[in-house]
Amino acid sequence: MTKLVSTSMPNADNAEAMHCQLDDVREEARRILQGGSSRARERHVSRGKLLPRDRVEGLIDPGTAFLEIGLFAAKDTYDADIPAAGVIAGIGQINGRDCMIVCNDATVKGGTYYPLTVKKHLRAQEIAEENMLPCLYLVDSGGANLPNQDEVFPDKDHFGRIFYNQARMSAKGIAQIAVVMGNCTAGGAYVPAMCDTTIMVKEQAMIFLAGPPLVKEATGEEVDAETLGGADTHTRLSGVADYMADDDAHALALARNVVRTLGEAPQTNITLRAPKEPAYSSEDIMGLIPHDTRQSYDIRDVIARMVDGSEFDEFKARYGTTLVTGFAHIDGMPVGIIANNGVLFSESSLKGAHFIELCCQRKIPLLFLQNITGFMVGSKYEAGGIAKDGAKLVNAVSTANVPKITLIIGGSYGAGNYGMCGRAFGPRFVWMWPNARISVMGGAQAAGVMASVTRAGKKARGEDWSAEQEAAFKQPILDQFETQSHPFYASARLWGDGIIDPRDTRNVVSLSLKACLNAPVEDTSFGLFRM
Amino acid sequence: MTMFSKILIANRGEIACRVIKTAKRMDIQTVAVYSDADANALHVEMADEAVHIGPPPVSESYLQQDAIINAAKRTGAEAIHPGYGFLSENPDFVEAVEAAGLKFIGPSAKAISAMGLKDAAKQLMQDAGVPIVPGYHGLDQTPELLKSEADKIGYPVLIKARAGGGGKGMRLVEREEDFLTALESAAREGQTAFGDPAVLIEKFITSPRHIEVQVFGDSKGNVVHMFERDCSLQRRHQKVIEEAPAPDMPEDVRQAMTQAAVKAAQAINYEGAGTIEFIADGSGRLQTKGFWFMEMNTRLQVEHPVTEAITGLDLVKLQLRVAAGQALPVSQDDIAINGHAFEARIYAEDVPAGFLPATGEISHLKLSDHARNDSGVRTGDQISPYYDPMIAKVITHRSDRNEALSALTSALAETQVSGLASNISFLSKLSSHEGFGKGEVDTGLIERDLDALTIQDQQNEVMIALAMMIALDWQTSKPQSNWRMFGSASRMVAMTYQGESIERRLEVGSDVTSSDLAGNILSQFKLIAQHENSVDIEVDGMRFGLDFATYMNGQDNYVVLYKDAQSFEFILPDPLSANAQANTGENIITAPMSGVIRLIDVEENTEVSEGQRLIVLEAMKMEMNLAAPCAGQVKGLTCQVGDAVEGGSILIEIEPEA
Repeated sequence: MTKLVSTSMPNADNAEAMHCQLDDVREEARRILQGGSSRARERHVSRGKLLPRDRVEGLIDPGTAFLEIGLFAAKDTYDADIPAAGVIAGIGQINGRDCMIVCNDATVKGGTYYPLTVKKHLRAQEIAEENMLPCLYLVDSGGANLPNQDEVFPDKDHFGRIFYNQARMSAKGIAQIAVVMGNCTAGGAYVPAMCDTTIMVKEQAMIFLAGPPLVKEATGEEVDAETLGGADTHTRLSGVADYMADDDAHALALARNVVRTLGEAPQTNITLRAPKEPAYSSEDIMGLIPHDTRQSYDIRDVIARMVDGSEFDEFKARYGTTLVTGFAHIDGMPVGIIANNGVLFSESSLKGAHFIELCCQRKIPLLFLQNITGFMVGSKYEAGGIAKDGAKLVNAVSTANVPKITLIIGGSYGAGNYGMCGRAFGPRFVWMWPNARISVMGGAQAAGVMASVTRAGKKARGEDWSAEQEAAFKQPILDQFETQSHPFYASARLWGDGIIDPRDTRNVVSLSLKACLNAPVEDTSFGLFRM
Repeated sequence: MTMFSKILIANRGEIACRVIKTAKRMDIQTVAVYSDADANALHVEMADEAVHIGPPPVSESYLQQDAIINAAKRTGAEAIHPGYGFLSENPDFVEAVEAAGLKFIGPSAKAISAMGLKDAAKQLMQDAGVPIVPGYHGLDQTPELLKSEADKIGYPVLIKARAGGGGKGMRLVEREEDFLTALESAAREGQTAFGDPAVLIEKFITSPRHIEVQVFGDSKGNVVHMFERDCSLQRRHQKVIEEAPAPDMPEDVRQAMTQAAVKAAQAINYEGAGTIEFIADGSGRLQTKGFWFMEMNTRLQVEHPVTEAITGLDLVKLQLRVAAGQALPVSQDDIAINGHAFEARIYAEDVPAGFLPATGEISHLKLSDHARNDSGVRTGDQISPYYDPMIAKVITHRSDRNEALSALTSALAETQVSGLASNISFLSKLSSHEGFGKGEVDTGLIERDLDALTIQDQQNEVMIALAMMIALDWQTSKPQSNWRMFGSASRMVAMTYQGESIERRLEVGSDVTSSDLAGNILSQFKLIAQHENSVDIEVDGMRFGLDFATYMNGQDNYVVLYKDAQSFEFILPDPLSANAQANTGENIITAPMSGVIRLIDVEENTEVSEGQRLIVLEAMKMEMNLAAPCAGQVKGLTCQVGDAVEGGSILIEIEPEA
């Protein structure tokens, strides 16, 4: 295999700009990782409960990785601060087996479900279902957030979908395991009830459809919470739960034991080989990405710092050169890389579609490196059928049944987002670098388009429009696009699964691929390619 | 005469293994004997053949003369090596062996008898002109007479079971008023251990040294000595560390002592290996008139390897040759002292708990590569309450005393035992004892400095954090180990150390950081490398390695860290294991350790008062009185005399008075 030779030198200005953006992300991450307010955390711990992150850490195998998703979910979206949308989710290894862990954070608004909490929970289930990962729900939640009930309860992708997913996954043989470690009331009570196996912590976990006040209201019966829905009741009388744990640590140990009974994950049908470190340091990445987004760089410099041995078998290197395609390995796992190296032309689109066909035939997972302003515009290209060639790429991306992983490492604009496997195209994971920007078009272009439309209208009415007026008109649009295209904005809304340190790219892709290997790679049947 | 072609070893443990090794070198076939408890023992594995001789209690197996002689006849063994202990100094056995047409590898029954009864032996020695300690060796055993004899000699006095040895049935009486209690207890021990309650009384020398001379005789009338061993480091008359030659031994005293020993052996026409024990006044320089005959051991001693080390002789080989009727291949002039040797006895015993014998599985055993190790056990073997809890003897031999002693210290540091308590740390502290290093030894040294010798070094925070990581198999060097998108892997871990729970938060990034629950950082270090049984770490820029062993006990995960001959045992409890709380009510007696019930003073329904002795438990060489924790009526006596009970098991329940 060809070993990439990267002669580009990291540049200090670039590195500073990237570090600056990364520092913002780290700072925010540090805050979110703490969970709820210190008062809420103290109260939680004083009840003998482990903090949610300690629960997750105590559940997974010591010394293993945790691939967290949606860390920035709900950031700056509600009046209240809801760190991580009040639920921790991610892939961790339990007794050697990759599992999806969904853990309510009761220190954040009692672990109640905001709209984005629901979205994140469903996203975690989606990942679990696609990758056949056993699910562990560490339940400690007051249920739906009542002030937001209209955006939480009724719709297709709202609360009920959680239980629908549980039932569907259980039917597919994807284990559903609940560890109830606190409240689990009303609709939430179905999370443990729908599980294959449920563990409850003694004198701490509560499962009931209606709590004591509501029961008194409804029937006049006076009953204490423990009798109504405690672990003793549910493990001895109702059968709603299966195991009673003495405390959190005991409950986590029981859950680990349940996972042990699942046995090993099925063997992958992908051919693996021994991992090899890249020949170039990942640290260089920080200084290789131009701080001026308009400047171009050779994407092979990034690939050389991600793939095993910096070995890259480039496909169609001489054709459609604005899209780089080729085969490589990451941590011993084969991967077909499709990376932008400029604007998409007809040729690059055709090349991309061809390469996707190859990977699907050979059952090689696809890795998209997105840094794309869009497809080429202009009469020459329209006449050349760029829409139809772009459609071929979008078609191939949509129907490819191999695992797809998308990394947004720069711009993700317009139809470029589609052709490069944006969120809508079902990638198993979408990760973003801190410098990534995502919007329908660039802020300047959007402001320009809207200004020209406005100017034309004013001109028709005979009104004047000074340069200052135009600038003042454009500024809010520029600001809006700057805010809305930022990775924080995208991550808060779960357009992506998280913002990552560019130096961690190889780790993140490796862990994502490993998760994908839990499900067999299916055959692909492509749609009709417009010729 | 020709050498035996096959011998039987009427013993177990390290000494059986020791004899088999020499026999193998001499192309002699070996037959082991074993009780039920020893079916998988090392000596059985090492021997060419093995014969089962009975249930675990020694009285039903290793002391069963007929069974052993039958085993020898069935396997065609021509001779029986008795090892030490058990039947090694039993003249009846020697006679029975000879009556069966077999050869006993040891002295004649007559010689054993002559030396077996200590008072007669002293008389014999006195007649032969060997100095003896003042005392009462009479046959009249009425307690009043014995006490008046003791009063005459003057306290402190030593009461010894007449047929005793190895510290059994021996009591030191410092005050007149304690005499009768001590007498009762010594007599009882003599009765149980040797079937003879008779005692003798001796003057107790206050700064005594225990020096013994190895002698060897053959059937041709040759008797040689192999110089002396100093066995002064004793605790409750049990030898702990022995050395040869004795430190600061003036040549004239050595001459006098070895000549006295040879004279003693000649007086009884001694054949084979024997030891003449002397007590010497160690209050100043040793004097030619300052030592007295104590007793003669008519067998191979536990500590014979130090003599082998300095003389270059294989004493078992000499035993076999002499027993086969050959002349000693060495004359006195051939035997010289070469260098200095030490032997430390590693026992399964809980030193901080007062040297209580420990029983259980040896979950991990690693012996030093830089010493001779005589051992009869392996990893996975049991130390049972039925037999001596010795694990190994560590023997070092170097050109001088200082070198040999520091070699002993290092060898002990390299010796690892876990799964049950051991005295390694105590031996190590003893080997580094300043006075011992200077050769200032006497039998009271250990008791005087007991606190310093038995103090447990404290575990430190780095060790706690490491033990936690090891117990959790927390790896740090695999791809993506501990990777977190942001922040670092961190978990709460609870372990127990010496029964106390320790809770820490461990955070593993580029460093390992441990903190208490309030968030105060307690340790920080780098894990450089993790090997199978050791780790390399760096603390404050200092790199060092630490050995460890792990094993499971039930469901709990044990981690033992070894540092400077001390072992630090941490337990990671499995949260899934039943939290069966031991019944620790105030109305029950539990066995404080594993042992054998020697005496039960009460029956079911007996009324008892608080503090009244109910049970006597014997564990190895100690008797323990178990008293009623409260007044009441015995309800539920679960044991009988002779039962071997597990430590912690409930022996008796008392229904308290209303």
